[in-house]
Amino acid sequence: MKLSYYPGCSLEGTALDYDKSVRAICRKLEIDLVEIPDWNCCGASSAHMTDHETGMRLPIRNLLLANPAGHDILVPCAACFQRLKAADKALREDPGFWDAGDYKPDFKILHISSFLAQPGILATMEAKVTSNLKGLPIACYYGCLSLRNPRITDAANWERPETLERIMTAMGAKPVAWSHKTECCSGSLTMARPDIAEKLVGDIVSAAVRAGATAMVTDCPMCQANVESRQSGETYAPAMPVFFVTELLLAAITGTYPSKQQKVHLVSPAALSRIFSDATLKKEVSV
Amino acid sequence: MDKTCISPDDRNEKFLRKLKARNIDVQACYQCGRCSSGCPIGDFFDLNVMEVVRLAGYGQEDKLLHSHTIWLCAACETCATRCPNEIEIAGLMDVLRELALRRGIAPAEPRIPLFHQSFLGSIRSWGRVWEIGMIANYKVRSGDLAGDMKLGLSMFLKGKLKLAPHSIKGTSEIKEIFSGKGKEYDR
Ligand code: SF4
Ligand code: SF4
Repeated sequence: MKLSYYPGCSLEGTALDYDKSVRAICRKLEIDLVEIPDWNCCGASSAHMTDHETGMRLPIRNLLLANPAGHDILVPCAACFQRLKAADKALREDPGFWDAGDYKPDFKILHISSFLAQPGILATMEAKVTSNLKGLPIACYYGCLSLRNPRITDAANWERPETLERIMTAMGAKPVAWSHKTECCSGSLTMARPDIAEKLVGDIVSAAVRAGATAMVTDCPMCQANVESRQSGETYAPAMPVFFVTELLLAAITGTYPSKQQKVHLVSPAALSRIFSDATLKKEVSV
Repeated sequence: MDKTCISPDDRNEKFLRKLKARNIDVQACYQCGRCSSGCPIGDFFDLNVMEVVRLAGYGQEDKLLHSHTIWLCAACETCATRCPNEIEIAGLMDVLRELALRRGIAPAEPRIPLFHQSFLGSIRSWGRVWEIGMIANYKVRSGDLAGDMKLGLSMFLKGKLKLAPHSIKGTSEIKEIFSGKGKEYDR
């Protein structure tokens, strides 16, 4: 199977390891990822929040670049996914307004966990597991933008999604039932108002701890960075690691969680030490 | 107590037309408060979400453009998702921020638009966001040089920040987008 691939800027920077694990999982699934040629930033929140036209035309350029190949587009970043979906809807509704001729491609825009949670793909991955996640109590955290607004994202179950839960269960982890899986962590404010981010992240992590989770898993690079970096650590200890869904998939499939991968976390991933025997995991990773 | 008198009689018609053109039907609000109850940032707002919608319905543009709320809103879309009347509230916040910038109104939360501008400046230069450059630009413009030094350093040491920018080939198309392509007809 061939898919167009839109990594987005985070996956070239702070979430580079997310990009690597997405590509590795797709290789295991024999999916050929074709990066959209010369893609540009989707504008993220900053563009549409301050300038409607720019916020639409940035993602539109990417869709027009993906159009000739015509494959479905795989998007690992929740923000990029939402911006591309918004642009796609606007273009289909009125291509003339956006100077896009007769835009009516057959492709779909796919967010990573909804794509991977499809029964066929899930079964293929399950058959490849070499190290089951041994009942790891994990809080599946979605955040906002792969779900909301459902009029844009077409998310099937935006208040109580379960794609991450399905994937984690197939890997042998035990998703906890909890309250905050779709709450906002205020990633778009984190630099300018870290105090607000600390409050929201504190609420989210406390809720995960109350539910008995020792780790969190997400499919959003802003959530991953924000929740790991904004834990002030007073109400819960030890601090809560946040993994990418494909990071845990790859670990379960390959049976290893290499020390190089452990080091990219700002919070110690020692929660995995019961599962992966690598001795380095038992040590605290210093920030 | 705020002593300003609010009346739909002093509504700004152009503002209401702008909302209509963007399919933001603020008049459909029946003040159930669902938007405000679910807002994650509501505790930090000066106007709650429902007040924003109601003031917009009354055409009270100025009050809104000077508020903290429009800048503190994180665009999480919880309000618009849950509104029983499907009012595009997050879209309303977008319109308000854009108008405040266009009108040169001093933002109640100055660091937030500076962050957005640094982020967009990076896209304008390279076509993609280059995090180190974007953060340095924001730090200099906002004067917040000390904040997050430890975090920045540990991200740097963990190799999470790319040292050199990557420029896409189509930067001229990106510049065209930023110089207002398509806005010729936007009033
Ligand atoms: S949820 Fe909708 S109808 Fe209810 S108060 Fe908010 S804007 Fe009005
Ligand atoms: S979009 Fe803004 S106003 Fe609406 S719930 Fe989110 S933060 Fe609150």
